[in-house]
Amino acid sequence: MNYQAPTSLDAAVDILAGASGDCHVLAGGTDLLVRLNSEMIAPDTIVDIKRIESLRTITREEDGGWRIGAAVSSAEMGEHQELAAAWPGVVEAAALIGSTQVQGRATVAGNLCNASPAADSVPAMVAAGAIARIAGPGGIRDLPVEKLPTGPGRTALERGELVASIILPPRAPRSGDAYLRFTPRTEMDIAVAGCGVWLQLDEEGAISDARVALGAVAPTVLLVAEAAHALRGTHMRDGAQQQLEAVCSAAARPITDKRGTEYFRSHVVGVLARRAACIAYQRAGGAA
Amino acid sequence: MSQIHVTTKINGESREFLCEADESLLHVLRDRLGLTGAKEGCGTGDCGACSVTVDGRLVCSCLMLGAEAEGREIATIEGMAEGEQLHPLQRKFIEMAALQCGICTPGILVAAKSLLERNPDPSEEEARYWLAGNLCRCTGYDKIIRAVLDAAREMREAS
Repeated sequence: MNYQAPTSLDAAVDILAGASGDCHVLAGGTDLLVRLNSEMIAPDTIVDIKRIESLRTITREEDGGWRIGAAVSSAEMGEHQELAAAWPGVVEAAALIGSTQVQGRATVAGNLCNASPAADSVPAMVAAGAIARIAGPGGIRDLPVEKLPTGPGRTALERGELVASIILPPRAPRSGDAYLRFTPRTEMDIAVAGCGVWLQLDEEGAISDARVALGAVAPTVLLVAEAAHALRGTHMRDGAQQQLEAVCSAAARPITDKRGTEYFRSHVVGVLARRAACIAYQRAGGAA
Repeated sequence: MSQIHVTTKINGESREFLCEADESLLHVLRDRLGLTGAKEGCGTGDCGACSVTVDGRLVCSCLMLGAEAEGREIATIEGMAEGEQLHPLQRKFIEMAALQCGICTPGILVAAKSLLERNPDPSEEEARYWLAGNLCRCTGYDKIIRAVLDAAREMREAS
């Protein structure tokens, strides 16, 4: 195996585009090293992107949004007070991934590219309207986060491409986000179901816009337009909550496996949506 | 296959080693450098027995390549005591019997030290969450948490 640690994004793209055989990007490595150690993969080349300075930082964009470099760890996101204040749901979701040790290495770009249906940070990023900024031989292109995973373990990345950054939009006035998941244990577990919600209120306190994303209940993250529709115009009272729950449970297309049944996942993802939406509503300044 | 030459600092001392590209830092520490304090429990980042810090950040050394250590500062359990002088955490673990078989102990001590460096006065809940990635199959955790909190109290009083 060939280990490369380029110091520029261009060099990383050149290596990825020019490599023959099986080539993997190494960011935090918390999924890649597990597969490598257990011989599930036998890469010809590993491209470590942690020496690329621009990918190691969280920066404020000109429009007030945020750029999170693909080599930034979950722990670094949690320690960034402005980011945590602007996008608490995304930061909390990233902080649910694995242990303290794993959070010291794991990245949300890696969580996205690993393309596990149960990835915790992905529904939160989708709800937030995050963009994956992709570098490749053809230059830079932006893709909404929900378009990147195409199936379990599969992504829309073309040969020679890597996700260089995650872009979060500026936090809109009177908006809030939240992410909740269900796991049998409180820590060190994989989501049986998860839900990220972002919503915005109008000046009278009614929900004017929303994005609801479900995790671990389909081959890929689901952005549920009907759920946003169910919330719009409401004040998050009981009726709106019940409708949101029903719509999310109906949108789920889960499998039954050792972590949960189809019935349970469909049920619990609706409950999570309702609870996450209530948190997002409060964060947006809505009355409890 | 040509090996990779890595220069790093381990427990404050400059070290050089050669490793294979796909070799984990844990294997480098144990099999090439003779630092066998970090243990391989699971090899998948679940148990925390291989915990070390890299540039001050707590990580599982099984989930990092040795090659990634180039230019980094690594701290392992071997650097925790100062000569014969045990770290307060180590002393409390012995005094309060916070270990049985001992396999998880080096990782838990490294993780607990990292916690107390960031938060000298953790609540029990904070300590339990911080150490959730360090599995112990003997003690039931209660003695471990008590020892960590007691060491924290002693370190606060001494400072």
